[in-house]
Amino acid sequence: MNSPDVPGDLARALTATPAHLEALHERLAAAAQTDGVLDIAYRTVDTPVGTLLLAATELGLVRVAYASENHDAVLQTLADRISPRILAAPARLDATARELDEYFTGRRRSFDLALDWRLSAGFRGQVLHHLATDVAYGQTASYGAVAQLAGSPKAARAVGTACATNPLPVIVPCHRVVRSDGSMRGYLGGRDARRTLLTLEATA
Amino acid sequence: MKKQSFETVVADHGPAVLRVCLAVLGPGEADDAWSETFLSAMKAYPDLPADANVEAWLVTIAHRRAIDVTRAAARRAIPVVEVPETGTAPGADARDLDLVEAMSKLPAKQKQAVAYHYLAGLPYADVAAILGGTTDAARRASADGIAALRRSYPGTTTSAITGEPR
Repeated sequence: MNSPDVPGDLARALTATPAHLEALHERLAAAAQTDGVLDIAYRTVDTPVGTLLLAATELGLVRVAYASENHDAVLQTLADRISPRILAAPARLDATARELDEYFTGRRRSFDLALDWRLSAGFRGQVLHHLATDVAYGQTASYGAVAQLAGSPKAARAVGTACATNPLPVIVPCHRVVRSDGSMRGYLGGRDARRTLLTLEATA
Repeated sequence: MKKQSFETVVADHGPAVLRVCLAVLGPGEADDAWSETFLSAMKAYPDLPADANVEAWLVTIAHRRAIDVTRAAARRAIPVVEVPETGTAPGADARDLDLVEAMSKLPAKQKQAVAYHYLAGLPYADVAAILGGTTDAARRASADGIAALRRSYPGTTTSAITGEPR
């Protein structure tokens, strides 16, 4: 066998700095965007409800995920369901990050963003569409009321499922859907996150 | 077996592929070769079988890019191999630079065999598939390359033992 020190020294001598690799990554993301092969771009933002993962296709924002959903698992699901051509590429999410910052600092009451709804098909998608347009900032609605908005007054349970699997939390305000007695049941980002959002909207 | 996100591919294999590009092409061309390799890999990634050897696939693409770059450089009559810039390797000392320079002077086949086997960790069968020729020829080219490096690189250390690649 060859003396192993030469390969080892060679590998060390040819190791690039993290900054160099980061610059190459950035260049790749920009080239992939230009060539139309960046199917999903993502970044994270730090907010009062924890670190949120933001992911966008070329059509628009496709996923917002709480840390409790496990960001690695969420990215793997995006790879399986949409495309594995995913890169950390913050540029596509600049507007989303800015609007979220405005929202969390009380300067924005509704989001003006292109949304890609492909992860919420069928009745669940209808429910979320109504939520996004019909339940205003600072208000809450019961599961039954939202079911009525979506045209199926008896589908309160299905509304619960739609909220529990909302791919765009915060942006699509499932935190505003509460029990008919006004109490808060489970929320996909956790009760504390829901309380933080509702308190923000009540006081901003 | 599920296909990982391309971000994971870049994180897992980006550093090794850059070492290969630096070893085969030198610092003047390595960044472009790395970028073109990963961009063309990203384009083809959805069609790659989920159980494919991703590192061998990337090195194969990088190898083709390197051949293109070398040919283009030959046409322009610009030497491909340049003296390494400092700053490429933060821990590089003068001996490392000697080693990198010795590497740059190896015949192409030896350089490639050493890079693909020792820097990318590919078994000789995969190296042979990339270079053409037999597994034995790939093993011999790599051994000759390492022997030449040892001769022209006196400052061998005893601490940096990485052993055989996985």
